[in-house]
Amino acid sequence: MAVLTREERSVVDRPPPVPRKGYSKWARRAPLLPALIFLIIVTQLPFVATLVISFMKWNSLDPANRGFAGFDNYVNVFTDPDLRSSVVNTVVLTASVVIISLVLGLGLALLLDKKFAGRGFVRTMLIAPFLVVPVAAALIWKHVLYNPEYGLFNGILNWLGFDAQPDWISTMPMSAVVLSLVWQWTPFMMLILLAGLQSKPVEPVEAATIDGASSFQVFRYLTFPHLRQYLELGGLLGSIYVVQNFDAVFTITSGGLGTANLPYMIYQTFYQAHEYGEASAAGVIVVAGSMVIATFALRVVSSLFKEEKR
Amino acid sequence: MTAKWVGRGWGVLAWLAGVVFFAPVAWMFLTSLHSETDAATNPPSIAAPLTLDGYAEFFDSGAWPPLINSFSASIGSTIIVLLLAIPAAYALSIKPVEKWTDVLFFFLSTKMMPVVAALLPIYLIAQFSGMLDNISFLTLLYCSMNLPIAVWLMRSFLSEVPKEILEAASIDGAGLLTILRRVVAPIAMPGIAATALICFIFSWNELLFARVLTGVVAGTAPVYLTGFVTSQGLFLAKVCAAAVVVSLPVLIAGFAAQDKLVQGLSLGAVK
Repeated sequence: MAVLTREERSVVDRPPPVPRKGYSKWARRAPLLPALIFLIIVTQLPFVATLVISFMKWNSLDPANRGFAGFDNYVNVFTDPDLRSSVVNTVVLTASVVIISLVLGLGLALLLDKKFAGRGFVRTMLIAPFLVVPVAAALIWKHVLYNPEYGLFNGILNWLGFDAQPDWISTMPMSAVVLSLVWQWTPFMMLILLAGLQSKPVEPVEAATIDGASSFQVFRYLTFPHLRQYLELGGLLGSIYVVQNFDAVFTITSGGLGTANLPYMIYQTFYQAHEYGEASAAGVIVVAGSMVIATFALRVVSSLFKEEKR
Repeated sequence: MTAKWVGRGWGVLAWLAGVVFFAPVAWMFLTSLHSETDAATNPPSIAAPLTLDGYAEFFDSGAWPPLINSFSASIGSTIIVLLLAIPAAYALSIKPVEKWTDVLFFFLSTKMMPVVAALLPIYLIAQFSGMLDNISFLTLLYCSMNLPIAVWLMRSFLSEVPKEILEAASIDGAGLLTILRRVVAPIAMPGIAATALICFIFSWNELLFARVLTGVVAGTAPVYLTGFVTSQGLFLAKVCAAAVVVSLPVLIAGFAAQDKLVQGLSLGAVK
């Protein structure tokens, strides 16, 4: 959609006709309203409630003591070392997963863009990790691959004649979580970047090759600038999904060993510690953080969208 | 000559990468077919005899109710989402309302808010209305989770319906219903199918809401899987069998929607 050929553009080009007044205006709106109203009720109202609760003193185990707390919850959140480290963990986890899987995804997309025997089959193999249910994938990594006694990784080390049998999760918990997520998200990045590569106009590359440009120059000056918006899109969408990751942290380390991220921390504060006020304050902070990413993401999507409408 | 060899080198590299990424999936399948004692050897026993014991044990240990819950929440929410999204997409593409881009971006922006921030109020609502551990409540939440994606996708599919054909049909005296059934539906059908598959996958995979809002009665398949988080001892074949069975619908839906998968995951931004 991002880069359309001329014919496609004219098909999609549909300048909205000016709606007539009165009845016809509402007749146009009617099909939209159920979806819109449903979404506002289910997604927007809870955020308002979260905002209100974040200013309340509310522990469900101590209901008599409910009341107005002012900014206490926010102060607690920012001074609680556990919550502060969960902010750091969220940033580290999201950034490393997104960057590593973007780089690997770019490499794989470039490979798959070439012609070779069995390309479709290789593509299918590469997509498979993304289609394993996230909890199931995390369980497989935790028990079947990382396990120090009978996991596949140590099994392979044993096979190859190494004596080392490391306990992967305890010695490098964050990397263990990151690796399992990179495995799942690389296919996603690859698919987006491959779509970008395949929408690349062919003529400039041919012209450049005839003029004697090296394949590195073609990549640096033609392919990469074209791919930039796809890299941005992949990075932003990846960030939006990975920032919310709960499954991997919950399954692989259960939030222990210094890997608890914000979603896990909020889950724990509310579900196990029953601190409703603090959990809400942390929730508001996550929303504020996401808004920053979302603003950029919306801008990128919007520029792709305008390009299509043009 | 060298160019040919370089090209072959890239192919080999691609195959290697594919095998490395696929290896954990293949290993999961293989382990699910081994006996528990063969599954837990070090070094791994690849050529061990195959058995379906892992699957038998998985289905014997109460796996059906969570699987049925997952199916009803995923299929139910997908149907409701399509019923809401298709008319909305129609009002955003074929007969657009004024400021339709703003509406479209409002839908998208709700998808960018982290669900965890809405978790507590939703839990409280469920608690006060007696809807905790109720699969209908979860289904409703999955609708809101997938609605923006479905609206964006359906809009991008519906805008591919050529305007000229619609005009020609209405000049020929076709009513709205006839146009929808005879003109729009056939063109949009592959898009509707892909949207449905993608919504199904997202609902099927969801863990956080299901974990917090359901329990013994309405627990879904991912919630059932969390039972293995702290497992010890001989259970590898069973956990692999469970992972295979639970992932199977997603693998099938994903490969069926393969061509439209990117479009769905990027909310229609990449075709």
